[in-house]
Amino acid sequence: MLLQNGRVIDPSSGLDGQADILVVGGRVKAVGTVKERDLPPGCKTYDLGGLWVTPGLIDMHVHLREPGEEYKETIASGTMAAAAGGFTAVACMPNTSPINDSQGVTSLILARAVGASARVYPVGSISKGAKGEELAEFGEMKTAGVVALSDDGVPVVNSQLFKRALEYSGNYDLLLISHSEEIFLSRGGAMNDGSVSTRLGLRGIPSAAESIAVYRDIALAEYTGRPVHIAHVSTGEAVDLIRRAKSKGCRVTAETAPHYFTLTDQDVGNYNTNAKMNPPLRSEKDRLEMIRGLQDGTIDAIATDHAPHSRLEKDKEFDQAANGIIGLETSLPLSLELVRVGIIDPVRLIELMSVNPARILGVEGGTLKEGCIADITVIDPEKKFVFAAEGIRSKSRNSPFIDRELTGKAVMTILGGRITHSELA
Amino acid sequence: MQSDYVFRHKHLLSMEDLSVQDISFILQTAESFKEISTRAIKKVPTLRGKTVINLFFEPSTRTRLSFEVAAKRLSADTFNISASTSSATKGETLVDTARNLEAMHPDIIILRHSSSGSPDLLTHHLQSSVVNAGDGTHEHPSQGLLDLMTVKEGKGGFAGLKIAIIGDIAHSRVAHSDIIGFTKMGAEVFVCGPATMIPPYLEQFGAKVCRSVQDAVADADVVMALRIQRERQLDPLIPSLREYASFFGVNEKLLNLAKPDALIMHPGPINRGVEIDPGVADGPRSVILDQVTNGVAIRMAILYLLMGGD
Repeated sequence: MLLQNGRVIDPSSGLDGQADILVVGGRVKAVGTVKERDLPPGCKTYDLGGLWVTPGLIDMHVHLREPGEEYKETIASGTMAAAAGGFTAVACMPNTSPINDSQGVTSLILARAVGASARVYPVGSISKGAKGEELAEFGEMKTAGVVALSDDGVPVVNSQLFKRALEYSGNYDLLLISHSEEIFLSRGGAMNDGSVSTRLGLRGIPSAAESIAVYRDIALAEYTGRPVHIAHVSTGEAVDLIRRAKSKGCRVTAETAPHYFTLTDQDVGNYNTNAKMNPPLRSEKDRLEMIRGLQDGTIDAIATDHAPHSRLEKDKEFDQAANGIIGLETSLPLSLELVRVGIIDPVRLIELMSVNPARILGVEGGTLKEGCIADITVIDPEKKFVFAAEGIRSKSRNSPFIDRELTGKAVMTILGGRITHSELA
Repeated sequence: MQSDYVFRHKHLLSMEDLSVQDISFILQTAESFKEISTRAIKKVPTLRGKTVINLFFEPSTRTRLSFEVAAKRLSADTFNISASTSSATKGETLVDTARNLEAMHPDIIILRHSSSGSPDLLTHHLQSSVVNAGDGTHEHPSQGLLDLMTVKEGKGGFAGLKIAIIGDIAHSRVAHSDIIGFTKMGAEVFVCGPATMIPPYLEQFGAKVCRSVQDAVADADVVMALRIQRERQLDPLIPSLREYASFFGVNEKLLNLAKPDALIMHPGPINRGVEIDPGVADGPRSVILDQVTNGVAIRMAILYLLMGGD
């Protein structure tokens, strides 16, 4: 296929300008001006004038719920949602049922992902059963296909175990992704500790529950010389700690999610369980610090923490409702808002949503260089749409953005030369 | 009050939802109902044919009985469901329980629940009116209203009054409703307790947080002691009840700092000798049992007004 006249934004090759991209055999054959005589027979041409053509977006933090909770999401439905959101690859966290702590579960996930609408990169658990007691079989899981390790959903409370995990992961060159939470501070909390939690009478989670744990993770990464990636950063203090660690040369990377730079704890309103997540929505000050971290490079990636839950888990008392929201289909428009208001430029956006996730995870993608895999996202940055419940591809509907008008959308997603989503005529 | 005022609420979820006019009107209505409880025949036909369900998922003596007495004095049919006898023990969700009750066409569901916001949740699933009889650590508006009524009776009004609330503010839904209600009506509320029991940003309700209990009580017109809500705490928030009683207990010595005619209040149940001295609780300035009496009148007024007041 020939993608013609689009604004090609590829930070990996320093390209930001109008160009054509020729895809042949699932790979990028040529970037620049493609002449008609170079087109293979039967080549389909798409005129993408006015649209952005970028490396396929990569979400390094999603929950696909399969195996175990297929009523919330499956690998098929989750990757369809990913494709609709412009993603060509997702890294799925191990807190399935059973937990992905063995090569058997990893292999099952990868088997179910064959033919899916996005590449699926399993993340194995750090500890057996994510119980924080014994190391899981890193080597076996790596052989089966995991790209990183995390007990996401719960922190590794035992600092000794976390240190050993950092050390042992070095044998297999696997990244540790930390769910940084000091659970004695957060225990029983339903939302951010602040004026809204007091008004609603809900137990609060202080921001220090995150920063204390982030500091520990950074200290151990520095001590062991191993890299650590901090998941779903939500507080200004954590951003500041990561910034300082980076300035000292510590091997730390970090992600935040669109809800943390778009919403605050005020959006919990009157017990809206679709605004309940862990870490919780924080204060306006924290939200602004998240944006600053995205601007200055402290935060490396935008990930969704896509966490599907059915009505069974959300339509209940706030303190008993499940944490998490879906995010694959809203991540791009919410992130594009940062571009629209001039906080970041399109190149930085693609770094955050494609180049850096690929680099951090060590997976292919994040580039449109000639010869690379043809994972491509075509974005209409001005397309307005209402995020309606009935159009959601995910099996779950737990989003605080439902019925909100959003601007900017993936209008075509290409996975290895195959179109997985298209809104083009 | 403006003559064109109409009470328009379908539910009673919080003191926060009520305007000054709403509160004044409820108090005025309750005052007119109070007399019914002193009659030989303590019953009027006002809510005849109406069905009121007390759905209580937490233990309660006075609140549940108070609502039941109030409903019966207005001739409503009342039914009580408690957690131990409900299908919640079989795993039924609150929403499903409510939907099943709704199918029996009640007019009012009075809910007490350990989760803040649970009455709000019910309103999204029910046509009936919902009354919050205490939700988690959020609010207990009918208790707040009866406290307002008791102070109004004792002091004639609210403007310029200093109300001191001492104890476990963070876990007290009564304190939240009281702070909002009293400040809305023009009184000043000073709170004090162990710092582990003071929630953040309490000032947003207009409360003044004191570091010393003496500062809170000095020249107070009303002193309210709160029970330590140990059942709502995950961990102990104070070293011992003995230390608490010494430093935060409402006793005669502390009350010497308050105005001589200060009212002594407590939402109950009382832990004598902990948050309040027995002599103070039973003393001449105590209006603790008046609060209970006024509770019935307030709840009669609430049920009456939610049903349209005709």
